[in-house]
Amino acid sequence: MDSTASAMGTIAGAAREALGRFGVYGGRYVPETLMAALLELEAAYAAAQADPAFHAELDGLLKDYCGRPTPLYAARRLSEMLGGARIYLKREDLLHTGAHKINNALGQALLARRMGKQRIIAETGAGQHGVATATVCALFGMECVVYMGEEDMRRQELNVFRMRLLGAEVRGVGAGSATLKDAINEAMRDWVTNVRSSFYILGSALGAHPYPTMVRDFQRVISRESKRQILEQAGRLPDAVIACVGGGSNAIGAFYEYIPEENVALIGVEAGGRGHGLGEHAARFAQQGGGVPGVLQGTYSYVLQDEAGQIAATHSVSAGLDYASVGPEHAMLHDSGRATYTSATDAEALEATKVLSRTEGIIPALESAHAIAEVIKFAPRLGKEKIVMVNVSGRGDKDMGILTREMDLSGDATGTGKVSAR
Amino acid sequence: MAIAFKKRPGLVIYLTTGDPDLETTRLMAIEAIDAGADVIELGVPFSDPLADGPVIQRASQRAVLRGTRLEDVLRVCREIRAARPQAGLLLFSYLNPVLRMGLEKFAQAARDAGADGVLLTDMIVEEAEEYRRVMRQAGLMPVFLAAPTSPDERLQAIAEACEGFVYAISRVGITGTQAELAGDAEALVERLRGFTKLPIALGFGVSTREHVRALGEFADAAVVGSAIVGLIERTPAEQAPRAVGELVQQLCGGAKTA
Repeated sequence: MDSTASAMGTIAGAAREALGRFGVYGGRYVPETLMAALLELEAAYAAAQADPAFHAELDGLLKDYCGRPTPLYAARRLSEMLGGARIYLKREDLLHTGAHKINNALGQALLARRMGKQRIIAETGAGQHGVATATVCALFGMECVVYMGEEDMRRQELNVFRMRLLGAEVRGVGAGSATLKDAINEAMRDWVTNVRSSFYILGSALGAHPYPTMVRDFQRVISRESKRQILEQAGRLPDAVIACVGGGSNAIGAFYEYIPEENVALIGVEAGGRGHGLGEHAARFAQQGGGVPGVLQGTYSYVLQDEAGQIAATHSVSAGLDYASVGPEHAMLHDSGRATYTSATDAEALEATKVLSRTEGIIPALESAHAIAEVIKFAPRLGKEKIVMVNVSGRGDKDMGILTREMDLSGDATGTGKVSAR
Repeated sequence: MAIAFKKRPGLVIYLTTGDPDLETTRLMAIEAIDAGADVIELGVPFSDPLADGPVIQRASQRAVLRGTRLEDVLRVCREIRAARPQAGLLLFSYLNPVLRMGLEKFAQAARDAGADGVLLTDMIVEEAEEYRRVMRQAGLMPVFLAAPTSPDERLQAIAEACEGFVYAISRVGITGTQAELAGDAEALVERLRGFTKLPIALGFGVSTREHVRALGEFADAAVVGSAIVGLIERTPAEQAPRAVGELVQQLCGGAKTA
């Protein structure tokens, strides 16, 4: 690593934890106007964490409103087809609103209510965080403004309608590549302007401290449940846990309880897009054409950028993985080698969508399909005694528009329930 | 060759370097200095200017698309320094382009280019220990932003970390013009006075002679950004230096018949 990282490492210094550091990564790099709000949020979050009533209300709503715990499902036909490890699917796709995003949106909305903030701001990429935020705002009677890149509004049209139906105002963002990064810029500008009255519900384990820690804590329920469930069902821990990584909230939630379990491999799957060149993918950790440490939107992490430090454009068929940086805790797990990061291309994700749909009757979100694509490559290399868990972070209903454009299924379905060999 | 405000209120002028082009930026800076600007902030264009309003966002995007890099900004800085040895020159950037160059290398290059100081929009005092050390070593003055939302203990830390002047933000929000100065501004400057003897410059939303005159009652200098950048956007490149000079003269209160 260059002098940049070492210099920032020195800054991290002793007060690492207090400043929201994950190794050298994380921290708080924001306009001064936001600092009071971040400090207020940090204090309110610490108080809520220590308050049993907060947890009781959150847990109650996660159970009765959202449908937790989500099942852990042994995917027998997929395992059989791949002929290697036994595959278990953690079914976050069965959660209310159709993705893991509501775990975090609900937690932050409860926090906003405690803080007396009535106006909620959010950004969204694939629209799942926007829908989750619009949902909890409807539940609590709060005003909701969601920023979404115009390119994402086009490709996730269904979710735009869902947010509006739930009473949220969706504001299109045309700047830059009109995707998630640009939506976050605009959400942060709104927050800077309305900081006294508004709460920013950030949807991924990104941004300035305390967001990466707070979002991870709200998503941690995924691995807390899955660990208990796999012990019940298989009598032991999995050999590997696989999850897709955009900002990284479903992955950090799916990994977290396994981090101390050194025999459990943790595998994050980034968007390989359509090529290795800058602008063709969103694989921040790629050896070739990947990111370098830098600061984007409040946090120090791996960032896809050019040699002048301008943030690079990204591409992915899945809007939720289409982002130039990655949560700082993943950057730390990457550098320490505790987790490994790989990527799946657009084509592999589309194929994986078809495979999971036809072997298990589960249509995954295109984001989650990247994790499925990895297990398709990974499971056959392992023996039948091995166990691989995949986090199905969301369901694919939102992607029907993209899928009808990207896939030609005429004359493709055999009607026999068999999947054509690749 | 230092940051000093010769009159009250002094005037700081922000330019997005490379918009419309590097040579015009150089000429505009010289015109602004000659028309009475005490300090020029040379903005480093960035792909994701999240603290900026639409006017500076557009300028930044145009400059990035033209391929303007931090090295180019430093070269323009050096040329302005050569032409106007007495002017205050401040480099104004988001953090990432500076990190990409490397803090130490940047500091040395900035010093060599004749810059007096540096302001990084997304660098807060808590994270700035290493940055301040490197700036100090290179003899550069770090300037930090102070916001109306900053509590007193933060204002104290900010005031202590600043050299040259303190940049006070007139209102919560992003950069951009507004009709009237916010009521937040005077209270913020008063609170800052309790912590520092440095001059206090007030920016964000300062766009007219009336604003400058009004804030001169309580602050030491005005920072004008979007009003200048917006004028540049509306003006053909070859007329921009003269137009900027005229606006600066107006802002300084000079009688001007354009």
